[in-house]
Amino acid sequence: MIDQKEEAAISAARGKWEEEAAGQNGGAAEAGKPFETISGHPVEGLYTPQDLAGTDYLRDIGFPGQHPFTRGIQHNMYRGRFWTMRQYAGFGTAEDTNRRFRYLLEQGQTGLSVAFDLPTQVGYDSDHPLAAGEAGKVGVAIDSVRDLGTLFSGIPLDKVSTSMTINSPAAVLTAMYVSLAERAGIPPGDLRGTIQNDMLKEYVARGTYIFPIRPAMRIVADIIGWCSRTVPNWNSISISGYHMREAGCTAIQEVAFTVGNGITYVETALRAGLAIDDFAPRLSFFFSAHQDLFEEVAKFRAARRLWARIAKERFGAKNPRSAMMRYHVQTAGCSLTAQQPFLNVLRTGFEALSAVLGGCQSLHTNSYDEALALPSEEAVQIALRTQQIIAHETGVTGTVDPLAGSYYVEKMTDEIEEAALAYIDRIEKRGGMIAAIESGYIQEEISNSAYEYQRKVESRERIVVGVNRYQIDEPPPTGLLRVRQTVEEAQAEKLEILRRERSADAVARALDGIRRTARTEGNLMPPIIAAVQAEATIGEICDALRDVFGEYRGGTSF
Amino acid sequence: MTQEKIIRVLLAKPGLDGHDRGVKVIARALRDAGMEVIYTGLRQTPEQIVNTAIQEDADVVMLSSLSGAHNHLFPRVAEGLRKRGVSDILVMGGGIIPQDDVPALKEAGIREVFGPGTETGTIIRYVREHLAGQAGGR
Repeated sequence: MIDQKEEAAISAARGKWEEEAAGQNGGAAEAGKPFETISGHPVEGLYTPQDLAGTDYLRDIGFPGQHPFTRGIQHNMYRGRFWTMRQYAGFGTAEDTNRRFRYLLEQGQTGLSVAFDLPTQVGYDSDHPLAAGEAGKVGVAIDSVRDLGTLFSGIPLDKVSTSMTINSPAAVLTAMYVSLAERAGIPPGDLRGTIQNDMLKEYVARGTYIFPIRPAMRIVADIIGWCSRTVPNWNSISISGYHMREAGCTAIQEVAFTVGNGITYVETALRAGLAIDDFAPRLSFFFSAHQDLFEEVAKFRAARRLWARIAKERFGAKNPRSAMMRYHVQTAGCSLTAQQPFLNVLRTGFEALSAVLGGCQSLHTNSYDEALALPSEEAVQIALRTQQIIAHETGVTGTVDPLAGSYYVEKMTDEIEEAALAYIDRIEKRGGMIAAIESGYIQEEISNSAYEYQRKVESRERIVVGVNRYQIDEPPPTGLLRVRQTVEEAQAEKLEILRRERSADAVARALDGIRRTARTEGNLMPPIIAAVQAEATIGEICDALRDVFGEYRGGTSF
Repeated sequence: MTQEKIIRVLLAKPGLDGHDRGVKVIARALRDAGMEVIYTGLRQTPEQIVNTAIQEDADVVMLSSLSGAHNHLFPRVAEGLRKRGVSDILVMGGGIIPQDDVPALKEAGIREVFGPGTETGTIIRYVREHLAGQAGGR
């Protein structure tokens, strides 16, 4: 961005400045201290226009709302409308979570985000032996379309946008949501929301897989295809780096693995016969906002630019929306400490600031007590208020992409994009993401980073306030949320009533329909919708698919 | 415990929880500290963990759960070991476990519970001290 004359002048001045700096005795010595981001990425003491010598403003940075979207996906960003404030919530029964949802909407939240319990996420009914002790714990227990009806009772599905963190049974929950809307007379075209439906990261980080990778990818493609035709305003996948970052990977790995997975989903959908511009506008993404503020801002900008270039140059997208990386952000759960938990309010605040400075479309802020238990209502309120303070009080939303042009942030943006692209190339040489997951390469890369970070914490190279420095004696925390132990019984009772009231024949026929389609190349969504409407349970539908696809067995390496 | 005997540790994920960052970091740290480490992977039932612990001749079983199901799952592992007549395995727990739950877990045979922020060095020291002090320890 500078000409040769200017470059020479700055270079000469810089030489003099360095001599002067070296001669200063007052400053503390830097020798021996590695300066690096929390990801271990090196950081220089000073950045100047020289660092951006190769940058072409229009090509690399450009204008917001225009390719390559480095500065954001809308022309006016938060001057038009704030990001969606979307707190992930769910626990106990559908009745319990419905009450929390209504509370959050009353408090000014603008979108819903459903946390499902683990039995729901891995396709077991609440009364399955493997569900024992888990029902209603990390999310809400949903067994049938009746439960989902209770969950959204009194909430107009055509007015809210709903994000559902559901992966292996994503087709089932989508079918339930659409069926529920249909019963209320709401056409599918009026539904707005997101399903996570990102299976690849489940095998390396989040762990709620059911089926082996390849049939799981076929279901993903079926969902993307069906949604693009039937629920055009529904984000049919949320390609997630968040969980890999939580599992310990670095910012560069987060971008590389997420975009790598994105490429794999696009290729899968293209192979299934879809055209890029028919589905790419509905691909959405999900990142972590970790603790290193500038690294995170640069990461968001780099990810946006990288995806735009890949969509346009590699996949030939013509619709600008196909190249627009829209994403949700959650602050880093792994940064929360059980020690002096109120400090987590501050950590979450800084992380949320990076998400907003980076240009997110929606945001979840963690509650300060989440290293201890599920969040209490008070903690959730503070978390939501944190976003409202950033939106209304800090002034960071008044201009678009305020950190653009910072020598440091632009340089870091370039470095993260470049390193992530090089990583993706390496993965493709290993046969692509699916092969790299099957061989355990991605898992090992993440484990290496997690272990390296832990080593730095234990050697005090990295300070975690309240944990390895500035510790205090503190009483055990009080006021933690406890999930009622009766969820399992409540769900078992509902299941018993359901099985008595529905037509067993209709359910059996519908489940046969799923098995039949699973053995062909037909789209699985129609038979799954038929099964949901016959009131088959999640466990029964997933069992029908298990019959045909088998189950994935996780790895034991570390 | 004699100095020659290498400590064998089984790390296990009972239940449906998929959070394995902590358990994998601890596995590596124990291995680097000279122990023999076996990791079960995700989604183990208490019965499977008991069987593996016996088959692998483990000295220590470490259970990890961040999903809130620990009160149900951890005691079943300790009870399963007792039922099989095994009394010399040190059973420990870790994860997101509220302080209020710890006394009952200890009562059920979980000897110690470590929460978020615990250093691997603390866990290694605990294992060495408690195996050394165990009556008839190996």
